[in-house]
Amino acid sequence: MDILQILISDSFWAAAFRIATPLIFGVLGALICEKAGVLNLGIEGIFAAGAMAGWMAVWLGAGLWGGLLVAALTGGAFGLLHAILTVPLGLSQHVSGLGITMLATSLSYFTYRTTLPNVSSPPRIVPFQPLDIPVLSDLPFVGLVLFQQTAMTWLAFFMVALVWWVLNRTPLGMAIRAVGDNPDAVDAQGLSVYGLRIGAIVAGSALMALGGAFLTMSAFDAFFFGMVNGRGWICIALVIFASWRPGKALLGAVLFGAFDAFQVRLQTEVGALVPSQVFLMAPYVMSIIALVIVARRAEYPRALLTPWFKGQR
Amino acid sequence: MKLSRRGVIAGATALGILVSSTAAMAETLKVAGIFTLPVEQQWISRIHIALNAAAKRGDIEYVYSENVSNTDYERVMREYAESGVGLVVGEVFGLERAARKVAADYPETAFLMGSSFKPQEPNFSTFDNFIHEPAYLSGMVAGAASKSNVIGMVGGYAIPEVNRLMHAFMEGARETNSDVKFLVNFIDSWYDPPKAKESAFAMMDAGADVMYAERFGVSDASVERGKLAIGNVIDTSADYPGTILASALWHMEPTIDIAIAAVADGSYKAEDYSQYSFMAKGGGSLAMDASLVSADIVAAVNARSAEIMDGSFTVKINDEAPVSDN
Repeated sequence: MDILQILISDSFWAAAFRIATPLIFGVLGALICEKAGVLNLGIEGIFAAGAMAGWMAVWLGAGLWGGLLVAALTGGAFGLLHAILTVPLGLSQHVSGLGITMLATSLSYFTYRTTLPNVSSPPRIVPFQPLDIPVLSDLPFVGLVLFQQTAMTWLAFFMVALVWWVLNRTPLGMAIRAVGDNPDAVDAQGLSVYGLRIGAIVAGSALMALGGAFLTMSAFDAFFFGMVNGRGWICIALVIFASWRPGKALLGAVLFGAFDAFQVRLQTEVGALVPSQVFLMAPYVMSIIALVIVARRAEYPRALLTPWFKGQR
Repeated sequence: MKLSRRGVIAGATALGILVSSTAAMAETLKVAGIFTLPVEQQWISRIHIALNAAAKRGDIEYVYSENVSNTDYERVMREYAESGVGLVVGEVFGLERAARKVAADYPETAFLMGSSFKPQEPNFSTFDNFIHEPAYLSGMVAGAASKSNVIGMVGGYAIPEVNRLMHAFMEGARETNSDVKFLVNFIDSWYDPPKAKESAFAMMDAGADVMYAERFGVSDASVERGKLAIGNVIDTSADYPGTILASALWHMEPTIDIAIAAVADGSYKAEDYSQYSFMAKGGGSLAMDASLVSADIVAAVNARSAEIMDGSFTVKINDEAPVSDN
């Protein structure tokens, strides 16, 4: 198989969308938080918490959709903690976020270990299965690429549309965007800056947790320590790539997924010529290059990283 | 009952003797395990099981710390050594030099560590999963089973312990199938099943029909696509019925038991314990699913296995990073 053949094969694009799915959730989550003016570096830990909580709920018998709900609620809870620290208390968003990552990661491991102290191999659940839609799943190319993904990939697509619609077509979305650009104006309108920011962080964190849940409930069927493996951090970079736009967030995530899927295939093809680490590095290098090209024109939410206190100018 | 002074003294003395004698009996060897990953991880689980078995027999008192990061590992080593543990078992692939320094600071403590390098006098011994022999045998099974003559291999990191098993596996496959080609990938993680699965899918897209499942996730990909897989270190055939043809198993019990006996009788010294993972020492074995493998291959594998056991056939050790055939 040569390189061009890889790029036009349906299994390659199917892999790209599979790899992209957790990132789509993560980027959307981070995007909502940042649109409201708060950076959420808790994402890596919230991924782990979502992966653990969702999987554990299913393992205890909650069912797959119940598991997703538990994951989202867990993510929301960590989001609430981050929100309290950074919004009314106005603490450093970087420090609080990194703290949330450490707390959420360790707490998930702790919960996993205390619940399952003596297992010899990670217990398994029955994860989301690839969809089998009559006619659509059998179509050439798009059948495999889009219609044989799991329900979670479609949930991710739906979330892109939903987040876009809420942010750009509803009064709530306008208020969230405004609170990230000019909180004083929002306050002058009589809206609650704190309420909007806290709500956005909780919602964003719930989405991040769904990204983690994808890893244990769709991509694989068990939870284990360290399996998030940096996927959360990728999302933070992808938000900038996306210039805080949901549509471009989808594009960025799929592009990264494609880089990674390409890397794997290239490693198999020409691994004899170049050390494997070069390929493993490739998606990140390509992301940085893409970032450099795109981010120069990026429009940051103007109040990003700036705490706001009532009655203080 | 009325207590006389004499009676109290006699009783107290008797109790004292009783307490000190049980203390003497409780002088069992304390062993500490320090692992950089949780004890469910394949490689670590083999050590953990062997230590638990020794503890169950009453030979040792076993405590362990799991998921210790490489940067924190030295501190944990020191803490166990300070607390009077007699034998420390663990893995120092990420801190070879630092770990040897710690061992030198505590000459009274015995260290038995998974390592890519040499033992260090007087108390730092090394071991590793030298199961290249069963890996070779599992390769024979894989080579015979491949119809497309393409075998996919997904590894964690390209380090000696992984490379060596892959090479032995490839040698074995070439013995039964001279046309076989290999696709090799590393994911640079010990546990990232989604990534391992993607690597496996990519290889199946490129024609692989038998997968060498060095990592979790590869067998899952084989099940999803109806392909076959070869296991490594642990036997997962029950989890993937009809998929795992054979597995090269590692048994840590001989290594652990010999080390415990040596510490207990004071003869422990810096040694390379690798040989106790060899098949002849009971440290490695092959699990084969006879219902999935043809009878003549089972016979050929058993014959080769006997030759390895009696020393007439030696599996070559090659620590170089394997690469895909093109």
